[in-house]
Amino acid sequence: MNKKNTLTLISIIAFIVLLFILNINLGIYQMRIFNLCGIYVILALSLNLINGFVGLFSLGHAGFMAVGAYTCALLTMSREMKEMNFFLEPIVPWLKNVQVPFPLALIVAGIMAAIAGALIGAPVLRLRDDYLAIATLGFSEIIRVIFTNTQSITNGALGIKGLPSIGITGKTWEVVIWTWGIALLTIIVMVLLINSSYGRAFKAIREDEIAAEAMGINLFKHKMMAFIIGSFFAGIGGALLGHLIGTIDPRMFFIVLTFNIVLIVVLGGIGSITGSVISAVVVTIAMEVLRVLDGDIIIGGYMIKGIPGMRMVVFSVLLMMVILFYQRGLMGTKEFSWDWILNRKKKTVKS
Amino acid sequence: MTVLRTDKITMKFGGITAVSQFDMKIDKNEIIGLIGPNGAGKTTCFNMITGVYIPTEGKIYFEDKNITGIKTHEITKLGIARTFQNIRLFKELSVLDNVLIANHMRLGSNLFSSVIKTPDYRKKEKKITDKSISLLKDVGLDNIMYEKSSSLPYGKQRRLEIARALATDPKLLILDEPAAGMNPQESLELMDFIREIRDRFDITILMIEHHMQVVMGVCERIYVLDHGIMIADGTPTEIQNNPKVIEAYLGVE
Repeated sequence: MNKKNTLTLISIIAFIVLLFILNINLGIYQMRIFNLCGIYVILALSLNLINGFVGLFSLGHAGFMAVGAYTCALLTMSREMKEMNFFLEPIVPWLKNVQVPFPLALIVAGIMAAIAGALIGAPVLRLRDDYLAIATLGFSEIIRVIFTNTQSITNGALGIKGLPSIGITGKTWEVVIWTWGIALLTIIVMVLLINSSYGRAFKAIREDEIAAEAMGINLFKHKMMAFIIGSFFAGIGGALLGHLIGTIDPRMFFIVLTFNIVLIVVLGGIGSITGSVISAVVVTIAMEVLRVLDGDIIIGGYMIKGIPGMRMVVFSVLLMMVILFYQRGLMGTKEFSWDWILNRKKKTVKS
Repeated sequence: MTVLRTDKITMKFGGITAVSQFDMKIDKNEIIGLIGPNGAGKTTCFNMITGVYIPTEGKIYFEDKNITGIKTHEITKLGIARTFQNIRLFKELSVLDNVLIANHMRLGSNLFSSVIKTPDYRKKEKKITDKSISLLKDVGLDNIMYEKSSSLPYGKQRRLEIARALATDPKLLILDEPAAGMNPQESLELMDFIREIRDRFDITILMIEHHMQVVMGVCERIYVLDHGIMIADGTPTEIQNNPKVIEAYLGVE
């Protein structure tokens, strides 16, 4: 047990060192993608908690991200920036003068998303399966429509531009520490949660609701817990995403965003933390690398005119292949463990 | 001492009366059978007792406490555990996890302390793990406790389901067709097993069973339902010779 803890600690430290090395050696573009990976790790894990571990098919993630992103943006922006943004209709006075440090804003963003999660969860978590999916999808759209129409708070369809960079100092080196730092924290919290008694109860609900209830598990309470924790991290992920891109508007939080995260979770394995992390990194990088497909392609002297969105076809094919041949995703419900690596080493040594 | 008493419980689904005016009284440490032809309303009775359905009329008392209309998980907490007709294990989870889940409601740790793993939580976790392992030893499943529960043979899955129900520290254990799909040898083992757990865990058992050999062999008293109406109750010998019961099962000449 101790050996494993040491290994975990060493790898965390090694990872932090790696972050610094990457920070120095990678260009701005690569670094940005790397940061995006970290954010998608947070988002994938939060969705996986709800969809994978408790088995609630929720499609409301974009809504909670929107709540987080807007909260954080409005809390961190300076008065001048807000005045500049809200030229069509002035911002409400009580929001105009608020400006808090980034870490505090981030926490408030998470809490606001969690509150939204609680408010939405209370009625919809009584539903099951597809009905739950449709209800959460609907609520996520409602959030988006509300944000489009509350001109004096969210600046409506115009969106908010000029969000301050992630971090306290506003320097670029700080960004990666926040994104991956929080991603790492999310991973740790999820692992601890899943391996606790509550995590077991969550899995029991996923496996068989009726049996779980007969074992004395309060279904509604536990579903709410997972939903609220999931929305909290979704809010934080959304806030980081907004600040990384530097501009937010309601269209950013379309259903498509939820589907991207669902794609990551399904590819990685519904109910696997390891799977979600790997898949989040791979899919985010692939989304950028495959951009060549969107442009003009020259094959053997012929030029095929670029069609924007061609790269998404790759993901569609990938998803279909997963559904056909690999139903449980990359990892299924399996998790990375040191035992696995140590045993493997022993095996190779023996042979 | 009366453990469970139902007072004229009736369950109607629309125009159909599944159970009508059913009275039952179970004393401590008894093994009671509930039998009847298919569709007689036996499982409906169980579902009313465990809070899945709320009876249309009548009241249910558990240890003299009115439990009518209380939610399923609260009833489990009060001390009524059940198994299911079609086995409902947490398939993807290990045998040990299945039993540990049953301990969750009595753990008494909040979410935060179990995530940060406070010493208090660790102590409790250790306690329930030890308790679960010793329970698995009692039922003879300790050698396979890290196996996935769906990989177990049928008889052992039944046994695990009973073990899981026992892990909730029940006073009354309700078994829904525990011998379904078992061969004669397994049924005999089951009979011994049921008596054994009654004595070892000091509990009361109520079971639905179609397997007459098991029912007559293990139950001390039997209630017979037909079309939602109780047609007989008494000792196995009384039931076997009751003309109404014979009529319900075999028809009249």
